[in-house]
Amino acid sequence: MLIKAIDRDGMAEVEIGGANRRISLALTPEARVGDYVIVHTGFAISVLDEEEARETLRLFAELEAAQEREGASL
Amino acid sequence: MKYINEFRDPELARRLVERIRARSHRPLRLMEFCGGHTHAILRYGIRQMLPPTVEMLSGPGCPVCVTANRDLDYAIALARQPGMIIATFGDMLRVPGSYASLQQVRSEGADVRIVYSTLDALEIAKANPAKSVVFLGIGFETTAPTVAASVLQAKAQGIGNYYAFSAHKLTPPATRAILEAGEVSLSGIIGPGHVTTIIGAQAWEFLPGEYAMPCVIAGFEPLDILSAIRVLVDMGEDGRAKVCNAYGRSVQREGNRVAQDMMNRVFEVAEADWRGLGTVPASGLRLRPEYADCDAARVFALDPGPAREHRGCRCGDVLRGTLLPPGCPLFRQVCTPAHPIGPCMVSAEGACAAYYLYGEVPGEEQ
Repeated sequence: MLIKAIDRDGMAEVEIGGANRRISLALTPEARVGDYVIVHTGFAISVLDEEEARETLRLFAELEAAQEREGASL
Repeated sequence: MKYINEFRDPELARRLVERIRARSHRPLRLMEFCGGHTHAILRYGIRQMLPPTVEMLSGPGCPVCVTANRDLDYAIALARQPGMIIATFGDMLRVPGSYASLQQVRSEGADVRIVYSTLDALEIAKANPAKSVVFLGIGFETTAPTVAASVLQAKAQGIGNYYAFSAHKLTPPATRAILEAGEVSLSGIIGPGHVTTIIGAQAWEFLPGEYAMPCVIAGFEPLDILSAIRVLVDMGEDGRAKVCNAYGRSVQREGNRVAQDMMNRVFEVAEADWRGLGTVPASGLRLRPEYADCDAARVFALDPGPAREHRGCRCGDVLRGTLLPPGCPLFRQVCTPAHPIGPCMVSAEGACAAYYLYGEVPGEEQ
């Protein structure tokens, strides 16, 4: 979900599929407007890492390379 | 990047399936711990794409499903108390306890409200100062920090009529219990993406370390799951076992420290009763003594009476991975989402509900 606005009280307005929802950032105080977050029961639990996402997609696409690299991310 | 369509690319999915088919020779039995994965695997037809060498089993990763009848009975007895408001996530409502469900007692006049988040429950407490509001804390390491956050907020704001009932469960000890029981021989585990976002990939190191069991942490899109299966097939063929993080966009090695700290401040580890697994040491969370005045189990000590199981219900076997839902004699015959006998047919994360909604129908063309 995309963070559209953050209130002073640690709540944020997020958009998912065109609908807006208020969620808590108590567990992800580092979240900023424009970040994508994973939301579980009304709380953001992680800020998605775009670089890591691109890396994962690259691994999907380059399967041979992926075989050599698997596990390297841990 | 919107993090959805990118992970549903049909061409990449086709290549991953081809790769799995070409690589897989040894029979492999994989367990997805998480109910979210079970639903994604069935919804996207991933089972049908896999070669016959790769078998997928569902694990105990549905919080509502693993909740013991005794805990359900307690929640139902609590709902019947005068002056009580029960706040809960929606999928708890229709779960049958030993003798009734929350939905039944609500129809008899109990005040049971569905909330989206624990903070909604806190708002209900603020708006109803003369009543007691109990939030039913059913869930894994993903939900527990949100319950901890609500308890801390209640304390900070001086809301004295808000309580939590903690039936929280921990996922690594449950996985260990399944391996220790040895009823199913597994070749690899798909680790839960959201739980591991909280607890960190390192929490699964015991699987390769103590059980030589490979584990791949996965997200919930089709490419995430196919990629996890591909890595597990590779490790199975090569005879290797390690923890791989295939959900790097959300999961870090150490997990979400803020959430862990909040959870540890409010809760302590305790033994817990699981449907299917029985009593598992150090596999649950209870409120710390410092928060005893917010702990429903301490403040409202009720004996709901002896719990009983529904005759013929095989949810326990489904949760241990010893039975696939279609193998239960009640499945689709007596037990349906409209008339569930066991919790695995009720919850949005339940394996029986997933097989009912998306599973193979006998006699139907695939």
